[in-house]
Amino acid sequence: MRAMCLAIPAKVVKIQNGKAEVDFGEGILREVDVSLVEVKVDDYVLVHAGYAIQVLSREEAEETLRLWRELLEAESSLQPR
Amino acid sequence: MAEHLRFRDPDLAKRIVDKIRETAPKTDVVKICHVCGTHEWTITHYGLRSLLPPTVEVIAGPGCPVCVTPASEVDEAVALALKGVTVTCFGDVLRVPGSEKSLLDAKAEGADVRVVYSIMDAVRMAKREPGREFAFFAIGFETTAPSTAIEVLRKPPKNLSFLVSHRLIPPAMELLLGIGDLHIDGFIAPGHVSTVIGLKAYEVFPKAYRMPTVVAGFEPLDVLFAIYMILRQIKEGTARLENEYVRAVSWEGNLKAQEVMCKAFNVVDGEWRGLGKLPFSRFTLKEDYAVYDAREKFRVRISRGKDLLPGCQCHLVMIGKIKPTQCPLFMKACTPQKPVGACMVSIEGTCRIWAKSSMV
Repeated sequence: MRAMCLAIPAKVVKIQNGKAEVDFGEGILREVDVSLVEVKVDDYVLVHAGYAIQVLSREEAEETLRLWRELLEAESSLQPR
Repeated sequence: MAEHLRFRDPDLAKRIVDKIRETAPKTDVVKICHVCGTHEWTITHYGLRSLLPPTVEVIAGPGCPVCVTPASEVDEAVALALKGVTVTCFGDVLRVPGSEKSLLDAKAEGADVRVVYSIMDAVRMAKREPGREFAFFAIGFETTAPSTAIEVLRKPPKNLSFLVSHRLIPPAMELLLGIGDLHIDGFIAPGHVSTVIGLKAYEVFPKAYRMPTVVAGFEPLDVLFAIYMILRQIKEGTARLENEYVRAVSWEGNLKAQEVMCKAFNVVDGEWRGLGKLPFSRFTLKEDYAVYDAREKFRVRISRGKDLLPGCQCHLVMIGKIKPTQCPLFMKACTPQKPVGACMVSIEGTCRIWAKSSMV
């Protein structure tokens, strides 16, 4: 089953000629095309239908959590509508 | 807490829901529209609507690429298959209704139709069987289109051609704003389309339409935070473009992917199932690659089809005008086992997501 807008994160295990072996977790390994992104081994990529479309970094994952914290902590100085 | 669970932290969810309740208008109803089947899945599967106050309504726009593909283009794929060309496609394309037949019907009649996980598999098959003609039915938004583009640019084997039916998301969002009685107050923009096209593609919505727009990821918390970010803008009386999905989406997007799409495709007006023709909403192959265009190669070009069977309300479900439960066929004549409309076929179709999550 696959959804067309869905991209699944996976860890790059090996790279060879624009293709990489990636680990989707729980031992699911697959060859994907990485020619649309700049990656190295141990990077995380978003994979859509066999092609990596973006690289995910740990720093950016932390950035999401930081944004969430910031939003939660922002005082509601706004007037009710 | 395990790494991935930090993105599903129930305590954070509770706190953001409190914020949403605090920020939501007290009497006026606001309508927030997303345009992605995967967002609808997250919202429905995790029951997010039940957490929202009655003044916040979240509706699903045309975010299912299979659903928006018009019958005429399915008819072209069916015609190719019946001519003896092996048609390869993604799994949920198989049962999408054409005017008379789906690709599955063609397969039942003996045509060679094969499901692939990736366009790469279609290329491999064509190389393995050089004596057979193959066509890949290329459906999908900007998330999927780069993979088609890259394979076209790589000059695939001569016995492989492409039935390009890719559609673009921003024109569909503009269509929604043109529908007078829909009254959308904010957009949740699709995260994975945005990894490719970048935040910049949505700049027009706050600027020209004064529409709060937030790009969001696909964890339940991503969607809740995006809803809050929109509500905050509405309360402030401003319209900005904001990025909730900072871990995957940048302002520029994936430039390499944009470059290959630019090289391989022209952007032209395109039909959307039941919605008519949308300006600059569709990719077609550039003239340089006409040799790989299945429509040219096998002379199949069908401009009109029957998009909706009698009673089917897919066109209204797709723009969020009605809920699936308001369609007279929903879970009566039209079920996941025996779908009538495209929205019940695809796993990203709103009707199918509602049916599978027992929203009845």
